[in-house]
Amino acid sequence: MSDGGHILPLARPTEGVSGKTGTWRVTKPIFNNEKCVKCMLCWLYCPENVIDINEGGGPYITINYDYCKGCGICVDVCPTDTLKLIPEGGEE
Amino acid sequence: MVINIKELPKEKYLLPGNAACPGCPESLGLKYLGMALGDKVILVVPAGCTSVIQGLAPGAGFKFPTLNVPFASSDSVASGLAAAKEILGEDAVVVAWAGDGGTADIGFATLSGAAERNDNIIHICVDNEAYMNTGIQRSSLTPYGAWTTTTWTGKRERKKDLALIMLAHRVPYVATASIAYPTDFIEKVRKAASIKGFKFIHLHAPCPVGWRFDPGKTVTVAKLAVETGMWILYEAVDGKVTISPFSRPYLDKSKRKPIREYLKLQDRFRNIRDEDIKKLEQMVDEAWETLLKFA
Amino acid sequence: MVVKPLTGNYAAAWAAKLARVKVVAAFPITPQTTIVEKLAQFIESGEMDARMIRVESEHSALAAVYGAASGGVRAFTATASHGLMYMHEMLWWVAGARIPMVMAVAMRTMGPPWNIWTDHSDIMGQRDTGWLIMLAEHNQEVLDETIKMFKITEDERVYLPGIVGLDAFILSHTTEPVDLPDQEVVDTFLPGRKQPYSFRPGDPLIMGNIPRSLKENMKMREDIHRSQEAAKEVIGEVDKEWGELTGRSYGGLVECYRCSDAKHFIVGAGAWVGDMREAVDRLRAEHGFKAGLVKVRYVRPFPREEMVKWLANAKSVIVFDRSVSPGSAGPLFLDTVTHLTISGVRAPVKNVLAGLTGLDVTYGDIMDAFIASVSEVEEMGTFTKTIEWFYGR
Repeated sequence: MSDGGHILPLARPTEGVSGKTGTWRVTKPIFNNEKCVKCMLCWLYCPENVIDINEGGGPYITINYDYCKGCGICVDVCPTDTLKLIPEGGEE
Repeated sequence: MVINIKELPKEKYLLPGNAACPGCPESLGLKYLGMALGDKVILVVPAGCTSVIQGLAPGAGFKFPTLNVPFASSDSVASGLAAAKEILGEDAVVVAWAGDGGTADIGFATLSGAAERNDNIIHICVDNEAYMNTGIQRSSLTPYGAWTTTTWTGKRERKKDLALIMLAHRVPYVATASIAYPTDFIEKVRKAASIKGFKFIHLHAPCPVGWRFDPGKTVTVAKLAVETGMWILYEAVDGKVTISPFSRPYLDKSKRKPIREYLKLQDRFRNIRDEDIKKLEQMVDEAWETLLKFA
Repeated sequence: MVVKPLTGNYAAAWAAKLARVKVVAAFPITPQTTIVEKLAQFIESGEMDARMIRVESEHSALAAVYGAASGGVRAFTATASHGLMYMHEMLWWVAGARIPMVMAVAMRTMGPPWNIWTDHSDIMGQRDTGWLIMLAEHNQEVLDETIKMFKITEDERVYLPGIVGLDAFILSHTTEPVDLPDQEVVDTFLPGRKQPYSFRPGDPLIMGNIPRSLKENMKMREDIHRSQEAAKEVIGEVDKEWGELTGRSYGGLVECYRCSDAKHFIVGAGAWVGDMREAVDRLRAEHGFKAGLVKVRYVRPFPREEMVKWLANAKSVIVFDRSVSPGSAGPLFLDTVTHLTISGVRAPVKNVLAGLTGLDVTYGDIMDAFIASVSEVEEMGTFTKTIEWFYGR
């Protein structure tokens, strides 16, 4: 299927299509691995898909702060005290 | 048949760093759609928040093949596209992913037409209860009493019962879902994809910006809608309604949380009067009563 | 090859069938209905291997065929008048998305008041959409050009959708003998469908999201314009090829009838070109005028080069329009004058607005308008009225 060299209104999948959306944050979720019960709810409910699960040992999740918008859903759904929301730029 | 969270695929169809607001429920819906059907999906997206969430071309925050289309056209385009895929022998699930405007208002004719013809598509109405993309104007799916920028003193009309209308079309599959119950939604999407004909899923999607609540509370608010009985999770295969497991406790009215708990989290109901709350409670009762007639 | 007595509508349906269209979606509107009915018959009898999506509106009709065409199959629809207007937004979308497909328009006027008769208001209202737009003179041309339109639109120099217009009732419902080419001939002529992109499961292509660069967006519009210009060549090539296969060639963008020694020209498009031919013959034979006829087959792309070629040395030009842009003039006249003027052609040009809302126009009417107008030019070197509403006898 040749596009004939035309300029077309097409796009392809792009991570960070809106730039480093982490700069939008006003609040930031921080993770304390010790309290984590590995329920996976934070990963499930993150609307930005910035939470990844690490099964192989070490911190159970990693949060991609380049794109985390700081909505706080992960903190809200976390059943233990593992995830906390702090002001962006505040002390961890 | 409950899906275990651990079994859900990790491949991302909604990509990080997109243009959605923090805490956006449509993003969650799209994420779950990807988990449900993966590479099978071709999305048809009419004007709405999802059009903008994709971000700016030549980039896009999606890994779905996506056809953006004019507002009133989604189901017709999807029907034509589905016909082409079948003719070409390609195994695709064509999904019209439309908001409340693109489904129940400007998109209503195209929806009803495709349903009546039993065209082989899935229509998912991602319902954030107002025209959010253009700045929170009321739609026919805005609830009674809610503030919007075109109903400053609260909407006077009741929320149109869209799933009921689709039941009346006698299509093979109608379901309601909520972004708070992803495994339920994913199950329903997969079920829909396995059926030939017109399938409709009404996905409740609380919007922090338009409903005026903390973006961290999207899931909590969505859960409360179900826990108060205001949003009923069910599915109907060939017209026979089954209340979904997460809504079953609320068949018992005494188990439903008071709707004030749901309303008080949302500033769009900040000025709602007691008599309106009573009306809303009545509407909840009516909705259950009517629905159960189809069970 | 078989000769069948066919209405213009049936000719359009036959063309879609011969072109092996795979998806049809249309909503009935007078006078297009029999196109859809015929196609439904073809499909349900098994004669035509296609799907019909019985849509609930014209907006959905074009949406559905656009969906099918985007998905990779040949698709066709037909409409008229208010139906064409109802789908107007979709026309822009299909052209902007660069998806080739073909639509027949049984050209009918607009209401209120309700009126089912012919004029060119509906089709002329689509000039800015980016669609190729062609007006047929007779039913053979309806058939031939509809088939050709698939090839033209699917040429990668073009990749734009196209409209074939046929006048309400005069062509749509009038029976004329039409040569139906054999399926093998059409199969040779029309290769498999081509388009610039498609949608397949597992191939994440996104079409139409907001562009980052408005410069790129404007370039897309320019690309559409350039493809319209490029279509001129393609239209000529395809016309020639069709001529070699069937013996019927139409001159491409424009046919000039009795132009070689003509001094005074009639310009027109659509079914009444047939009446204009009759008028030209009689004006010459009975009145001694050196009359010529420029039959404009395509209004988009507008055939600037041909018009200049034929009218460069004209003593006068009368452009007949069967619709008007109120507050300005007839659309064919506006395009003609613009392109002649910017090319340095100085002939006096007049706009005769006739036949609107279906008012009948005979060759006698055309002759009257011609004689009155040309006499002014012969005497005074100019027209007293450049835009004239003409009601005939």
